[in-house]
Amino acid sequence: MAIKVNSPGLATSVQDLGRPGYYHLGIPISGGMDRFALRAANMLVGNDEGAAVLEAVFLGPELEFTQDAMVAVTGADLPPKVDGDPRATWTSFAIRAGQVLSFEYLKGGARAYIAVSGGIDVPLALGSRSTYTLGALGGFEGRNLLAGDELPVGAAPAAAEGRVVPAELRRMPGSPAELRAMPGLYWHRITEASRRGFFEDTWKVALEADRIGYRFQNGHPLEFVDREPPFGAGSDPSNIVDSCYPYGSIQVPGGTEPIVLHRDAVSGGGYFMIGTVISADMDLIGQLQPHTPTRFVSVDMAAALAARHDRRALLDKIRSALD
Amino acid sequence: MKPRYSFGGDEHIFVEVDEEMSLEAFFKSLSITKAVRESQIEGVTEICPANASCQIKFDPDVIGPDDLLAKIQSLESAADEVEAVLSTRIIEVPVLYNDPWTHETLMRFRERHQDPNGTDLEYAARINNFDSVDAFIEAHSGAPWFVSMVGFVAGLPFMYQMVDRPRQIEVPKYLRPRTDTPKLTVGYGGCFACIYSVRGAGGYQMFGITPMPIFDPKQETSYLRDFMVFFKPGDIVKFKPIDRATYDKDVAEVEAGRYAPRVREFTFSLEEFQADIDGYNAKIGEALHGD
Repeated sequence: MAIKVNSPGLATSVQDLGRPGYYHLGIPISGGMDRFALRAANMLVGNDEGAAVLEAVFLGPELEFTQDAMVAVTGADLPPKVDGDPRATWTSFAIRAGQVLSFEYLKGGARAYIAVSGGIDVPLALGSRSTYTLGALGGFEGRNLLAGDELPVGAAPAAAEGRVVPAELRRMPGSPAELRAMPGLYWHRITEASRRGFFEDTWKVALEADRIGYRFQNGHPLEFVDREPPFGAGSDPSNIVDSCYPYGSIQVPGGTEPIVLHRDAVSGGGYFMIGTVISADMDLIGQLQPHTPTRFVSVDMAAALAARHDRRALLDKIRSALD
Repeated sequence: MKPRYSFGGDEHIFVEVDEEMSLEAFFKSLSITKAVRESQIEGVTEICPANASCQIKFDPDVIGPDDLLAKIQSLESAADEVEAVLSTRIIEVPVLYNDPWTHETLMRFRERHQDPNGTDLEYAARINNFDSVDAFIEAHSGAPWFVSMVGFVAGLPFMYQMVDRPRQIEVPKYLRPRTDTPKLTVGYGGCFACIYSVRGAGGYQMFGITPMPIFDPKQETSYLRDFMVFFKPGDIVKFKPIDRATYDKDVAEVEAGRYAPRVREFTFSLEEFQADIDGYNAKIGEALHGD
């Protein structure tokens, strides 16, 4: 035992870089929604970048440490405190046995990543420590943390105190948030006017926004191209014969409110999709609060790969800055 | 049936084998995914067959999207030549139709249903022109089903009945999805049956419940110790109506770690099936109970 959960926050879970390889059985990849911030947090405390951390949503937990450790909090602007004394985000700080880590109210973003030197040492489930709550799999007993839980921490040499990710190397969504997406999948099902409108509208993050997917509101309803419903699809124009859903895919049930599937995605279903948010921008979705104005920006494969390259280059810069 | 390809962002290739559901489309999807799996292409991270489509996830830092697309297209045309024969298994799934738990749930969400004055079974029987719920259950449990996709949530099988199209059962989903579905509910939406592997939201009509767990992340269930998910695409399922006493007995057996599902190995031929559907399904029944 090394961390005692005094209060769990809103929905704090153990996450790493996920559990690939089981999507064909409906088990999603899971892992940190903002993997950029997760990696940076681990780098700051000297862990492997894929070590398990805590992902806290909107409200931080209160954690009592029973052993010394190095800690870093990245992602959302959720200011940490040690025994009530403020600490900086995106910066490593020491915590001693008996001290309590707590948080101020959220100032920006949505999800903070709390890395502890040694990593959260829950058992591996299908090769990952990530929590998949819908399947009660992985993490701490397959669920979000509760008061009274005792989290094991791995043994590892910690990095130094006061290591900082420079402000220009942090990555957070702007306002309005811009999510780059590649049109495709069932894009041909909507009219020319709706194709333009989808990318012109400013959407707003709905309250139904979690690890499975983010719902958006306030855009124009999509208009469909007429068709004879294919056998097995269902009569609604937004229905298809149940198919796989890509991570980041944008489904629009009934043509009204787009849902972007995230790390705990349902792996398939019967709603058509108009495209997919590119891999480089998946991190940003994890930092969107409800009501955040959001625009989708149409890009092609070349732009998606360039953005993927840029994201990796930014992580490389953090690695060099911390070396 | 001309497959349509699309990139799902920079990490997925999506193949719609056909717009409409058919066993042929499902077999084509299975053969494409099998060919991709056997090719062991570096950079491919997930291979997901679905009812009439499939999806390949890849790492574009390892293999270029266009290179992978060309590779899958060539595998697909080669898959055309292959005879549709499948080494699989037949599984008997006991079902307590009209059970108290789904009944309680469907009453609780009645205002979200097309027919607020009946049950899901009564509604499905009526719109599919059956004289009675019993006749409907006989059709539902009479012919076997192919597991044509595993997903939505962990371990949930979608199943497509092995009958010709005029005999396919079709029902709409709930008008608005429920926020609750009992674990192991036997459901129905569109032309697909399913078994809810976990408790949770759902939009499929609810016909009954099985005592047989199909997903166990703790791997304590006797037949899920090796792997936590029971079904895989290509499995053949035969529902067996059971009464409450048998259901209770099966649940007790599961809890005691003694329950053993009836499973038989089987080699399925699409051509032989299509030549004589009822005759072939009788053969499947014999393979399941012949010993």
